[in-house]
Amino acid sequence: MNFRGIQAIYIYEMNRSFRTLIQSLVSPVLSTVLYFIVFGAAIGSRMDNINNVSYGAFIVPGLIMLTVQMQSVNNASFGIYFPKFIGTTYELLSAPLSFVEIVIGYVGAATTKAFAIGLIILATSYLFVNINIVHPFFMIFFLLITCVTFSLLGFIIGIVSDNFEQLNIAPMLIITPLVFLGGSFYTIDMLPPFWQDFALINPIVYLISGFRWTFFGVGDVPILASVIFILSFTAICISIIWYIFRTGYRIKN
Amino acid sequence: MDVKLSEIITVSSLVKKYDNKFLALNGLNLNINQGEIIALLGPNGAGKTTLISTICGLTSITSGKIEVNGFDVIKDYRKTREIIGLVPQELALEPFEKVINSIRFSRRLFGKKDDNKYLNQLLIKLQLFDKKDNIIKSLSGGMKRRVMIAKALSHNPSILFLDEPTAGVDVELRKDMWNIIRELKKEGVTIILTTHYIEEAEMMADRIGIINHGELLLVEEKNKLIKRMSVKTLKVKLKKSITKIPKPLEKYKLKLIDDGNSFNYYYNTGNMKTGITSLLSDMNDIGINLFDIQTEETSLEEIFVKIIKD
Repeated sequence: MNFRGIQAIYIYEMNRSFRTLIQSLVSPVLSTVLYFIVFGAAIGSRMDNINNVSYGAFIVPGLIMLTVQMQSVNNASFGIYFPKFIGTTYELLSAPLSFVEIVIGYVGAATTKAFAIGLIILATSYLFVNINIVHPFFMIFFLLITCVTFSLLGFIIGIVSDNFEQLNIAPMLIITPLVFLGGSFYTIDMLPPFWQDFALINPIVYLISGFRWTFFGVGDVPILASVIFILSFTAICISIIWYIFRTGYRIKN
Repeated sequence: MDVKLSEIITVSSLVKKYDNKFLALNGLNLNINQGEIIALLGPNGAGKTTLISTICGLTSITSGKIEVNGFDVIKDYRKTREIIGLVPQELALEPFEKVINSIRFSRRLFGKKDDNKYLNQLLIKLQLFDKKDNIIKSLSGGMKRRVMIAKALSHNPSILFLDEPTAGVDVELRKDMWNIIRELKKEGVTIILTTHYIEEAEMMADRIGIINHGELLLVEEKNKLIKRMSVKTLKVKLKKSITKIPKPLEKYKLKLIDDGNSFNYYYNTGNMKTGITSLLSDMNDIGINLFDIQTEETSLEEIFVKIIKD
């Protein structure tokens, strides 16, 4: 195992984030604070409690999921796409690095950034609402596995994208709508019956529900379904990346 | 047997066919000796860069085998890649990174510990030391090219691939590059150079390989190649002009020029007998007096063009 090689990619990616600290950290935190002000304080004060949880506290897991999923995808996709764009992937491919090591470097850095942002948002939320996390270890596990999985997804998007437009299409047109419609701001049973069934085919519902369960002990779907879903999604992403590297698809000529 | 021992790269029956069915390498065979500079010449699209890419791991192989230092480039990729440095044709650098960080990153990718002493020496050798804390974006094209070389040498490789290293650089910088390459050769680095500048190959290379349509047309020691393929021209200026080549001189296949005031005689320096003595003797016998003579030698460029055309 080329640990120094992995470390090199990881540190390089982390340094890139520090160079663009406002974009990497301040921007997502500020966006979330605005959500808290608008949905939590302004609108939330007029909303009933949901499952004995104030609306302001109720949206915290959803907001964290919304941000970490977007951040994981954006960081990982840009991380691998940028070297492709400027032509420096030759360095990675000509170095004594296995594909697994390359993925660990990029996905590890994207996961770290998204995980840190998730924790910062959680800390920020304490400024606005009182939260008592029922299953803190599960919460950390769920947050971490979500960051890893969406970073893997972002890595795939970065590999298959040919230009910046394609790089943004999946996060903007697929992931954002799914996350907004995945129960970030409401429970599924608040929807009309038809849309409740429809919502259950949205994979993000399982993630937000599972994450919310770690906070409040209740979710839209059973926690086991959420865990099975996230692990299956992780396995699918790993399989796709394994195929990409085995065949050299979009990486090697 | 001795020759075998000094071979550091062995390419056997290498085929590379792209997804669009373009056959970039067609059963290419090539041996590269340790410590030599070999220049690969060929027109655009000949397969030079593809060959380098397959050896370095950038491009997958359709069939055939490549060994570096006795190890297979696919099965033992870690062992082969750790002794190879690559300077690609394009200036591909992270624009917002400092020079020293970029070079350190390259070294770490190869699993090597940080070695500031070695990297500083490298920067001094490449005249980059005073630029080491500069952002790459702020450097000139020539400096960026040096950074590319520094990155390729950051892990102290024993084989260096230079894909058109002087493409688009000014004459002065090109000469600087040649000096760097000569220094590296002195240090025992094996250098594989692709170039469009025949003059560069003529100046630098120990051996020349000519590639076209994915095939290696020839590979030979530069001096032997020039000697074997070179045709010299003896230009004979006459005291009195002639209208046609006299019959006794027809066997020399002379070419009458300058309105009959001169003729050219072509001969091969690879032959023991050039025929010049007998030509001059025959001229003397039939009373044709010469006024002046001069010789011109075929350049490597003309040899290259001839081989590609043939």
